[in-house]
Amino acid sequence: MKLIPSAALFSAFLLVSGLAHADTVLSVLSDNNPETLAALDALTKAYTAAHPDVTFEMEQKPGGADGDNMVKTRLATGEMSDILQYNSGSLFQALKPEQSLADLSDLSAQAGILDSFKSVVTAADGTVRGVPFGPAMGGGIYYNKPVYAALGLTVPTTWDEFMANNEKIKAAGKVAVAGTFGDTWSSQLFVLADFYNVAAADPTFAADYTANKAKYASIPAAMAGFQHLEDVYKAGYMNADFGAAKFDDGMRMVATGEAAHYPMLTFGIGSVKQNEPDNLNDVGFFAQPGTDAAHNGLTVWMPAALYTPAGGANLEEAKKFLDFVASVEGCNLMIKANGATGPYLIKGCELPADVPASVADMLPYFQKDGGTMPALEFLSPIKGPALEQITVAVGSGINTAAEGAALYDQDVEKQAKQLGLPNW
Amino acid sequence: MQRRSPYPYWFVLPAAVVFVTLFLVPTVAAFWFSLTRWDLYTATYIGMENFRQFFSEPYLVQGLGHTLIYAVLTSATKSVFGLLLAVLLTSGIWAQGFLRTVVFFPVLVSTIGVGLTFSVLMHPTKGLFNVGLATIGIHGPGWLTDASLALYSVALVDLWKGVGLATLIYIAGLAAISPDYYEAARIDGATRIQQFWRVTVPLVRPATVTVVTLSLIGGLRSFDLIWAMTRGGPGFSSDVLASVIYKQYQAGFYGLSTAGNVILFLLIALLVLPLTWWFNRREVDL
Amino acid sequence: MTAFQKRTGIIATLFAVVIFIIPFLFIFLMSVKDKSQASHQDFTWPEQWQLWQNFSDVISARNYMLLLAYFNSTVITVGAVALLILFGAMVGYVLQRRQSGWNKVIFGCVLAGLIIPPAVVPTIWVLQGLHLFKTIHGMILIQVAYGLAFSVLLYSSFIATIPRDLDEAARIDGARPLQIFFRVILPLLKPVTVTLIVVQSIAIFNDFTNPLYYLPGKQNVTVQLTLFNFQSQFQTQFNLLFMNILLVTIPPLIVFIFFNRQIVAGMTAGAVKG
Repeated sequence: MKLIPSAALFSAFLLVSGLAHADTVLSVLSDNNPETLAALDALTKAYTAAHPDVTFEMEQKPGGADGDNMVKTRLATGEMSDILQYNSGSLFQALKPEQSLADLSDLSAQAGILDSFKSVVTAADGTVRGVPFGPAMGGGIYYNKPVYAALGLTVPTTWDEFMANNEKIKAAGKVAVAGTFGDTWSSQLFVLADFYNVAAADPTFAADYTANKAKYASIPAAMAGFQHLEDVYKAGYMNADFGAAKFDDGMRMVATGEAAHYPMLTFGIGSVKQNEPDNLNDVGFFAQPGTDAAHNGLTVWMPAALYTPAGGANLEEAKKFLDFVASVEGCNLMIKANGATGPYLIKGCELPADVPASVADMLPYFQKDGGTMPALEFLSPIKGPALEQITVAVGSGINTAAEGAALYDQDVEKQAKQLGLPNW
Repeated sequence: MQRRSPYPYWFVLPAAVVFVTLFLVPTVAAFWFSLTRWDLYTATYIGMENFRQFFSEPYLVQGLGHTLIYAVLTSATKSVFGLLLAVLLTSGIWAQGFLRTVVFFPVLVSTIGVGLTFSVLMHPTKGLFNVGLATIGIHGPGWLTDASLALYSVALVDLWKGVGLATLIYIAGLAAISPDYYEAARIDGATRIQQFWRVTVPLVRPATVTVVTLSLIGGLRSFDLIWAMTRGGPGFSSDVLASVIYKQYQAGFYGLSTAGNVILFLLIALLVLPLTWWFNRREVDL
Repeated sequence: MTAFQKRTGIIATLFAVVIFIIPFLFIFLMSVKDKSQASHQDFTWPEQWQLWQNFSDVISARNYMLLLAYFNSTVITVGAVALLILFGAMVGYVLQRRQSGWNKVIFGCVLAGLIIPPAVVPTIWVLQGLHLFKTIHGMILIQVAYGLAFSVLLYSSFIATIPRDLDEAARIDGARPLQIFFRVILPLLKPVTVTLIVVQSIAIFNDFTNPLYYLPGKQNVTVQLTLFNFQSQFQTQFNLLFMNILLVTIPPLIVFIFFNRQIVAGMTAGAVKG
């Protein structure tokens, strides 16, 4: 114990004098997900081993809207770290990338990045500003396999089958759907992960929505996601503490069989791996079902990306590092650090054969023609910032689905105006 | 003989420089930015559009109501409990010094710390509140998850945290009352309760003014605790003006958020200025 | 002490224990539990005492960030409170003693400072123009700007209770304005100064919103920001989160214990004198 003060002093000293020892220190700002940190750790260590003159300094930002805000403010005030890990798609567009982030079009690794990813980190001027970090994810429903086996249930391919399963699970005295509105972002899943079904019913929805022609409140297929929230609440399928439970609770519940279902993104399996490793293969996964069993597919989230701010002091070194991250070698390091939780969008970067059950459940959607559809936030620059409050309100019975959809339309309008889009 | 004042105005200068530069200038600039669509790079003048937008937000009116409820509730309860506690803690009871310390203790803890602690204590199933209530056979409510209750639960924690400061101000106020008044009241045969109403309450008025004004302003601006405990939720059910403004800010609607700032400022001015004026007038009357 | 006083005191103590002590006991118990027991978030006795381990885990987290944060927060708090005392007393003094049209302006500013919510983004804009953004001294000046109104209000109402004869006498003795202020007035303000130190240092030390915006950057981390950052990092480690809350509470507690006797006693003495 005695050692602590002197060790602290020593490390404080290192912190201050760090610049003197290495030629370049790249600062990295990321979210604080364990998987993110593990992947960054593996990448930066490998990079420093190959380039001893470059070292890294990690910094984490809070999650959710607090973090978004911090990133925007720091970019706008020129205080951004050398490397930024952040979402692709509409959140990326909200950063005004053509002004704030450096152009990465000339990285040699760009040749190996799939076009589907490049399109979600392309600024308004057509230049690519990011490299993929981590795997693509699916948005759908985790289920507990032992519960399904015990009750003789089958994986649903329509929403009605899903609700019928829920009824049987509830009758068996179990929690049918884990709700974790304590982490408000998790309440959005029923709406966001329904986009495959929206697009199946209305193929031009994304374009019409961006052009101010399609609204959630007026198109039944679009409002279905809100309706699901209302229906699940009304049927009393959720856990008693759904308003306070957090994401980790949700994953624990579906892993241990406390709950049969948990609507979530597929990155969630990382939490089970860390906290309930014994239950890892009890968790299965299916896409959020729609109205038509023949059109059953998965809504997909593109990976987050790494960026470097425009005009940064270490721009060249930062770009070299990003080039490394986007290489097959970088991709393999990330897989090694976190195991395989989803497909990587780098050519020649293959997943290992032994993946957790839920990942194995997800991969067929990717292999099937037309089995996946990017989430709306990757097809349109507009995502209303208040969606998570609105979905909590609908999912807690404070508002009806119709009210929620109308509120969200208003929220979207505000965002579109701020972005200065035509037609709004 | 004309002498230079012993109270020269340059005494005000250092404070004025800091205050004007870092407070007044941004505040005045806010009026301009509130009329723009601003993304920190460029500010485009859009007239009153932000204000129109703000008032078309369906939850703004509700948020305004919440702000008023929260401010009046916390300010009233802090004054009442603060005064009662102050009377109790100056009456020479057993363990008086210890009790004063204990009541003041929550004032010391960071708001974020208090918020985190109480959101654990108020957990609908695992929290100590409901576990405790269950032992006496009461099924506790969802303190922070029930839409009709969340705002009041936060106000309760605000009272818990802030009553110590109100008590302290009242204790100082009570100490300023000359014992002669109580002596005279006793000679007139006034009971303890009569003494409280006839002597304590009127004479402790300066402290009441301080407590009410400070906690009302604090309540109207209140943000930290609400944010740490509910983030305005569930849904929008505990959103107050300050959290609405913050959410617009978070979303990158800087012009809109700054417009919200201006609205909050006007609201506070409309409420607090007449109140201060009224307090001051009454003081002259006395 | 009468029997009534004793009985009331005992009842009051019981209430105080339930209402005020239990939450703190809860923080403490949570902070010494192991990870799995803490995750139940219940009010139970720790099965395993991990006081030292949790302590060193929290202190050493993220490269001893908490120690750096203590240092930064202390510098900001001490610097800002010192300036608030000096500036606040000077303004309060002139405001009370000299009646003129300017008083209305100053009083208006005090009121404005008390009630106007600071406009965050325009403030960042000003700070950047002055090259004060993300500097410790910039943060100190921000805290001074935001705390001045309260400090002026407190001083001016207290100075009203100090008889004018005192400064008149000093003036007749030939003392200059600064001498009157520093030799005669400032020492008399001690009781209210103590109150101000306690209230403002706690407010500034516990402030988290302002450093979050005006003081970004890892080297500039403050104590409350560690708590805010750990909140998500420790989502499954409630024991460490509560250990952090506990550690963050200790410095204000020391200030309080140090000044406890003087606050009320001092305020009382000063007020009665007036």
